[in-house]
Amino acid sequence: KENRCELCFSSLLPCFVSSPLSYYYSSMAKDGGVSCLRSSEMLNVGIGGMEPPPLDLDEVHVLAVDDSLVDRIVIERLLRITSCKVTAVDSGWRALEFLGLDNDKASDEFDKLKVDMIITDYCMPGMTGYELLKKIKESSSFRQVPVVIMSSENVLTRIDRCLEEGAEDFLLKPVKLADVKRLRSCLTGDVKLSNGNKRKLPEDSVSVDTSLPPPPLSLTFSTNSSDSSPPLSPVEVFSSPLSSPEDDDDVLTSSPEGSPMSEESPIRRQKMGSPGLD
Amino acid sequence: MELVQMQKSLQDYTKSLFLDGVLDSQFLQLQQLQDESNPDFVSQVVTLFFQDSDRILNDLSLSLDQQVVDFKKVDPHVHQLKGSSSSIGAQRVKNACVVFRNFCEQQNVEGCHRCLQQVKKEYYLVKNRLETLFKLEQQIVASGGMIPAMELGF
Repeated sequence: KENRCELCFSSLLPCFVSSPLSYYYSSMAKDGGVSCLRSSEMLNVGIGGMEPPPLDLDEVHVLAVDDSLVDRIVIERLLRITSCKVTAVDSGWRALEFLGLDNDKASDEFDKLKVDMIITDYCMPGMTGYELLKKIKESSSFRQVPVVIMSSENVLTRIDRCLEEGAEDFLLKPVKLADVKRLRSCLTGDVKLSNGNKRKLPEDSVSVDTSLPPPPLSLTFSTNSSDSSPPLSPVEVFSSPLSSPEDDDDVLTSSPEGSPMSEESPIRRQKMGSPGLD
Repeated sequence: MELVQMQKSLQDYTKSLFLDGVLDSQFLQLQQLQDESNPDFVSQVVTLFFQDSDRILNDLSLSLDQQVVDFKKVDPHVHQLKGSSSSIGAQRVKNACVVFRNFCEQQNVEGCHRCLQQVKKEYYLVKNRLETLFKLEQQIVASGGMIPAMELGF
C-alpha cells in the first residue's frame, strides 16, 4: 500500500503510521531520495533502517514552518530545488518541538541538530511567526540561526516589528524562486568551507548556483514586465507595538490587494546580512 | 489529433487562462519547480489546493448559514483560501477573497453571502480550466510528446 508524505507528496519511501504526537517531515538524502519520516523516527534512531542519514556539514538545512499545506509543499520544493535539506512543520509548537525548545530540559540530541535557517509564515493559529521568532532569539542554541518571516500582507509595522526582533528578512507571499535563490546565496556565503574559513559574499551579488542544472521551463515569462503598475506604498497600521498580533491583520487598503506589488519596493524587505552572520 | 495540433491547443489554452486573468505569474513559478525528478509537481499541488478549497468552501457555507454569523470563524477561512489561491496563481479566486475579507471586516452578512457565491464561481471556473489543462498535458504525454516550452509575450 502506497503512502504519500503529506509534505512533499513523495512516495519513494513508505511513511510510518503516526502516533498523535508525531508529524511528518521530509528530508533529502545524499542520493537525492526523499525520506518522509515522523519526528519520532528522527529522534529514536534505528527503526527498520529508516534512520535519516547523518547531516552533512556542507549541506544547508532549513526548517520551514507554515500551517498551510499548499504553502508547505511549495516552500519545501522551492528550498529543495535550491539544494537545501528541508524539514517542514505545520506550527510554531512543532518547530519548537523539533528544535528541542519546547521544554526547559536540555537535551543532548539537540546538540547534534544543525539548522542553518528557519523560514516561517507570520499568520498562524496558536503561535504566530513573530512569537516563534522571539522564542528562537531567546534560546541560546538557536539565536544565531537566521529567521526569515513570510507574509501575504505587506504591513510596515509588522515588517519593522519582525526585523527589530531579529528577523533576517521578510518575504512577501507568494514566495518566488528568485526570493529563495537570494536567501540561499546569502547562506552559502556564510557556510564554513572545508578548510574552516568563513567567506561572506558581497551583499549585492546574487550568485547563480551553476552546480544546479537549469530546470526546464515549460513557459517563459517576464515577471518584471514593463506593464508595471505604480508601486503600492506599504500599508500603515495604526496600532501600538503592544497590540496583539491579531490587530495587525486589520489592513487598511486604498487599492485592491490584487495589484501586483512592485518587486523593487525597498520597504518590502531588507537584504540579509545582520551582524549575526558575519 | 496530431501531436503538433495538441501542443498548439495546449499553448493557446494556457495563454487564454493568463489573458483572462484566471491565472497569474505565480502559476508559472510553480511550473518552474517541475522537472524530470518531479514531473507531476504542478498537478499535485493544484490537487491539494482543490481538496483544501472544497473543505474551506464547505465550512464557509455552514458558517454563513448560522443564525448568528461568527465572523471570527469566517475570516480565517477566507484568509486561508486567499493564501492558497495566491500560492498557486488562481488570481481571480484570490481577488474575490480580498473583497470577501472586506465584508467580513464590516460584519456585513449579506455582502459575505454574495462574496461566497462569487468566490465559488471563480473557484469552479479555475478548477474546470486547470482540469482541462492537465488533461491536455496528459494527452500529449500519452502520445509520446513533450509539453512545449512556451513564450508568452505579454
